[in-house]
Amino acid sequence: MAAPRAPLTLPLTALFAAGFVAPLCVLLMLSLAAGDDGSAGLTLAQYARFLGDRFNLSVLGSTLLLGAEATLVCLLFGFPVAWVCARAGARWQSVLIFLVVLPILTSVVVRTFSWIVILGRQGLLNQILLGLGLIDAPLKLLYSEAGVVLVLAQVQMPLMVLPILTVLSRLDPNLADASRALGAGEWRTLWRVTLPLVMPGIIAGCILSFAASITAFVTQTLIGGARLLYLPLFIYQQAVGANDWPFAAAVSVVFMIAVLLVVVLLNGFGRRYEKHV
Amino acid sequence: MSGQRGHELQLEAITQRFHDFVAVRDINLRIGAGELVALLGPSGCGKSTLLRIISGFMRQTEGRVLFDGEPVDHLSPSRRGVGIVFQNYALFPHLSIRQNIAYGLEVQGVAKAKRDARVDEMLALVHMSEFAGRFPRQLSGGQQQRVALARCLAVDPKILLLDEPFGALDKNLRLDMQIEVKRLQREYGITTVLVTHDQEEALSMADRVAVMSRGRVEQIASPTDIYDRPATLFVNQFVGSTNVLDGTVSTADADGSPVVALAGGRRIRVASDAPLTAGSAVRVSIRPEHLHLHAEAPGADALPGAVQTALPLGALVVYDLALEGGAALKVSVPRQRGEALLPAGAQVWAAPQPSAGYRAFPA
Repeated sequence: MAAPRAPLTLPLTALFAAGFVAPLCVLLMLSLAAGDDGSAGLTLAQYARFLGDRFNLSVLGSTLLLGAEATLVCLLFGFPVAWVCARAGARWQSVLIFLVVLPILTSVVVRTFSWIVILGRQGLLNQILLGLGLIDAPLKLLYSEAGVVLVLAQVQMPLMVLPILTVLSRLDPNLADASRALGAGEWRTLWRVTLPLVMPGIIAGCILSFAASITAFVTQTLIGGARLLYLPLFIYQQAVGANDWPFAAAVSVVFMIAVLLVVVLLNGFGRRYEKHV
Repeated sequence: MSGQRGHELQLEAITQRFHDFVAVRDINLRIGAGELVALLGPSGCGKSTLLRIISGFMRQTEGRVLFDGEPVDHLSPSRRGVGIVFQNYALFPHLSIRQNIAYGLEVQGVAKAKRDARVDEMLALVHMSEFAGRFPRQLSGGQQQRVALARCLAVDPKILLLDEPFGALDKNLRLDMQIEVKRLQREYGITTVLVTHDQEEALSMADRVAVMSRGRVEQIASPTDIYDRPATLFVNQFVGSTNVLDGTVSTADADGSPVVALAGGRRIRVASDAPLTAGSAVRVSIRPEHLHLHAEAPGADALPGAVQTALPLGALVVYDLALEGGAALKVSVPRQRGEALLPAGAQVWAAPQPSAGYRAFPA
């Protein structure tokens, strides 16, 4: 079956090789280069330099933590949205999906500056909270990790909602009815029947929004400000600021491996559920 | 166990509207303890809506649902004590057969030891003990249905609802499962409602059949009565096959039974549950198997016709006759071994068997 169609994939394969595999090889070679001129032999010195420094490791750690937090918030808000979407009528469903997808239809810079307006000291959110008397002094939302997590969660929402929605809408509604007829309430049915069966969609959504969150250079930098340092900005500083390309390349490789490990871990977790669907 | 004695189910003036569409109209039904009643009708007749109302997944616009005389309308599906076997079985794909059957007991908080014993009992009841550790996707359709039934009966429901339960099975297996389900239903004495569009299934399984059309119950009676004495032309046509001839009521004959003049002019005596007024249009129905063929006119009520086609169906032959006036009439007659078929064009007389007769319905 696959063989006669194989030539059709050639353009994509070529693009993939030229645009992804080749730069990756260059990156790898660069990270192993000994001198600044990249000429004399191979060495792991750049890796040792990154992994041997507590500060560097703490940046990696806080980046992964940021991704985990943003993914979690995304899931907490995204699952109910997907659930409502799946149960809504056709017209409401398309309106909801449009609203969910809206963030990826707007420019990242425009979107981020809108958030700055909302989150600032004199911003919309603080004005509302002060007006309602819920807080006495403005909260520090901008240039804080909480702010970055909030904005990332909003931006990556479609990556979480769409995979979950896909699995949810394929789910046989009789399963939930069967559970309820057997005496389980709505919550128990959600927990015992719906959630386990939707798990592949949840895992896919988590992988996507995690990968997108930790690499979101613009959002992290503009909302987080200069004081909050995450790996994408760190790599940028090393490459463009310090002009230390081999070190920047080594950090990139470490970052990539760390992300892949998380993805593999989540995938392994997801495979336990996949066989049933 | 409480299920042993069965519970009475009563529907009182149930009406269901969706906007301005009336799906179910003023249904009154009383199903006795341990009785199996089939709701039979074409798709869109309201039978599935009625099932969802009984189970509590849909709240009826008007009327009441009562179990043993107690209204249950305020109870959600999870507290109503209704067991449902779905057409696609709806087994939980992520749980083993044992876990599927244990599910209802578990959510109802039955202690583990008691639960295990009950699951074993149910597995044995449906002959599935050796499959306890498997997952639903590893079972055949018939096996999945047994498990669905066991999962349902494990929690001892008051009422059992079967939603087109045999639709997905092939013909041989279907018969086996019908016998099996009927055995379990008798054994448990559980009040059961079977929803189906398959007349054979309804007639073979049910104590009483309720034939539904356009949101109404057209007739509720025993399977034999439904077949022999259909109350409406719809029931007559939906259950079994029948010939329908147009005619006009003329005056009664000497012994008082009504007489109808058919389109071709021939006059026949008919039976009717509804009073017939002279001059009104009627539709006359007779089943193909209730007619005999004769070479010569056998007397009154016989209809002459010419053989158009003969369809040999093994033990039976169905003849398609053209009557005078152009109407078609199907006659089904038993065929002896070696007997030749009537040739096309042969002139014959069709007459009702002594025990049967023409039935007239107001047009």
